[in-house]
Amino acid sequence: MAILENNTVLEKLKEKFGAYIISSEEQYGMLSVTADSAFNIDILKFLWEDKDLEFRFLTDICGIHYPNSPQPFGVIYHLHSFKYNVRLRLKCFITEEQSISTATMIYASANWMERETYDFFGIIFSGHPNLKRILNMDELTVFPMRKQYPLEDPNRVDKKDYYFGR
Amino acid sequence: MQQDTQLTEGIDKDLIVGEPEVEYTTLNLGPTHPATHGIFQNILKMDGEKIISSEQTVGYIHRAFEKIAEHRPFYQITTLTDRLNYCSSPINNMGWHMTVEKLLNIEIPKRVQYMRVVIMELARIADHIICNSVLGVDTGALTGFLYVFQEREKIYDIFEQICGARLTTNIGRVGGFEREWPEKAFQLTEKFIKEFPKVWKEFEGLLARNRIFMDRTIGVGAISAERALSYGFTGPNLRAAGVDYDVRVMTSYSSYEDFTFDIPVGENGDTYDRFMVLNGEIWESLKIIRQALDKIKQEPQGVYRADAPNVVLPPKEEVYNNMEALIYHFKIVMGEVDAPVGEVYHAVEGGNGELGFYLVSDGGRTPYRLHFRRPCFIYYQAYPEMISGSLLSDAVVTLSSLNVIAGELDA
Amino acid sequence: MTQVTSIKYGNNLSTYNGPGFQLTSLDKAIGLARKNSLWPLPFATSCCGIEFMATMAATYDLARFGSERLSFSPRQADLLIVAGTISKKLGPVLKQVYIQMAEPKWVLSVGACASSGGIFDTYSVLQGIDEIIPVDVYVPGCPPRPEQILDGFMRIQDLVAHESLRRRNSEHYKQLLAKYDIE
Repeated sequence: MAILENNTVLEKLKEKFGAYIISSEEQYGMLSVTADSAFNIDILKFLWEDKDLEFRFLTDICGIHYPNSPQPFGVIYHLHSFKYNVRLRLKCFITEEQSISTATMIYASANWMERETYDFFGIIFSGHPNLKRILNMDELTVFPMRKQYPLEDPNRVDKKDYYFGR
Repeated sequence: MQQDTQLTEGIDKDLIVGEPEVEYTTLNLGPTHPATHGIFQNILKMDGEKIISSEQTVGYIHRAFEKIAEHRPFYQITTLTDRLNYCSSPINNMGWHMTVEKLLNIEIPKRVQYMRVVIMELARIADHIICNSVLGVDTGALTGFLYVFQEREKIYDIFEQICGARLTTNIGRVGGFEREWPEKAFQLTEKFIKEFPKVWKEFEGLLARNRIFMDRTIGVGAISAERALSYGFTGPNLRAAGVDYDVRVMTSYSSYEDFTFDIPVGENGDTYDRFMVLNGEIWESLKIIRQALDKIKQEPQGVYRADAPNVVLPPKEEVYNNMEALIYHFKIVMGEVDAPVGEVYHAVEGGNGELGFYLVSDGGRTPYRLHFRRPCFIYYQAYPEMISGSLLSDAVVTLSSLNVIAGELDA
Repeated sequence: MTQVTSIKYGNNLSTYNGPGFQLTSLDKAIGLARKNSLWPLPFATSCCGIEFMATMAATYDLARFGSERLSFSPRQADLLIVAGTISKKLGPVLKQVYIQMAEPKWVLSVGACASSGGIFDTYSVLQGIDEIIPVDVYVPGCPPRPEQILDGFMRIQDLVAHESLRRRNSEHYKQLLAKYDIE
């Protein structure tokens, strides 16, 4: 089994996608690549098919919210190549009005992970077979993990904030 | 004509006309159902006793862990991680501690790593005991459950000696353990690994080659390796399908590379394979604990924490006499830790699979974003595919062999 | 010649007995029978559910109190044991299970999450099941030790033994249920 270095992965991605790779960094041994969100499926497919990379396992999809940034919502994919034992993090940022393509065509596990990200952040995944809330109540009207919403239920009557130091 | 009258006389000709009408029944399995071992709902569309398709609803104990974690300092999040896979909470605790140590670049002494291995393997045994005995209960074998739960009490005794709690342990601290283990903890562990094999052999002998159990579980709820990989399976369920992916071997943590152990792998990915893989893992865990106890004896005694004064509480005598220790004590208790800005992903092999922690830190006392990669949530998606075409009783057995823990499913 | 003896039981259940007869009051006899044959419905959601399983197992046997048969059907259960976190999504389910139970019924709330929301003061967790159903005994702990659960169970037994036979039809009880919007 050949050793696949993070630099090699980055070079191959830059070679294929050039300008669409916005930035990259390596933190704690894991390469983290930020890419243009319109090309997320192309990048995932390339990583799946390329014989020298073979990132065929989707470890995780999650979302993140940076309210002060021009593209506040991020979708973060964690990928794992079993053949070369290398992990990769792919980040794509979008604005509130944009949507991002679903990865369910490539990985069946993306189904619920994208539903969870939609439930928490309101990120729309276009092409998803069943994009509705999964963990929260269906009647909830907001997307709770966004930074503007508080942790506690604002309508509760028995816990006075004064006594809890809030 | 002669034959016709002989065969059909007495039969009402109007009955034997055309094709029978097929009507599907909708059956609601859950959310509170004894067989689901947790609170999740499956609405099954059935043709008689056979399942055509199913729709799942989860989220009935969604406790918003990820949102809470954004408001708690690092050491308070350990209590949240306890409640993810509550059958083996020490593994979750250790995984979180290792994530924070990776972020803060803290080096852990070997002895502490071996102690962590002992705790994690004991927790893994506890988790697999529940899964296999409850699988027995679902097929009707209630006795095994009562016998092996006694052994879980012994594991609880060991946890109690070390951290004071039985189930949601909050064991260890970032940087090691809060105090040296009492001698009784080591004695109880030695006693456990001496006496447990006999009990587990008895339980295995009850079910592993039992004709009825094999008939109920072989070929039931099978999934192929390709589909399992596409669905993001990890842990015993993936190993039962034939792929030997184990986080302890692929990306070793806490000195697992110093231990020799095998990884049991199945063939068909059906319920029987999952049962046997879990059995095999218990034997391997016992081997690892034996090796770890021997290795702990060889390391310099008395070392139970890392040398990291900014996360590890200093000893009380120094706090009362020494200015730096007082300041560190104050800072740590207030939750102020000098965390760098960055993000880290760390995975451990939980009872169900790869439990990952994705921590984004902005330098403050609480994480900016913490995401748990929960194995149950990811592989439970495959359940409709695994049960379509099988009978209702097979669906129940498949569900309990998957070891879905509701706390990890919903977080 | 009948011998009249006065025996004091634990509940001050003084009786007369002799060969072939025993004299006591009806509600005490029924209370004694009821308290030793409560059939629980374990509504176990999370970590407290595992401690409840440990309570059912051999070391801290719940069966010796008469709860040998766990009933998962509300119609056949006497005692609703809510162990674990109840989220707002699960609230209506819990209420429906409670309504389906037949009188007389008692509720034991096991654990901090069921009693008051526990450590999860969040938007999705119900801060205590007493927001939707009336509770008789609360067992604190996170999770409570099996001995604590047994203690809570014994308090329920005390309540059951001393309950008046007319309580379920009384005005007071009806007002209590009306407070929770249960007819």
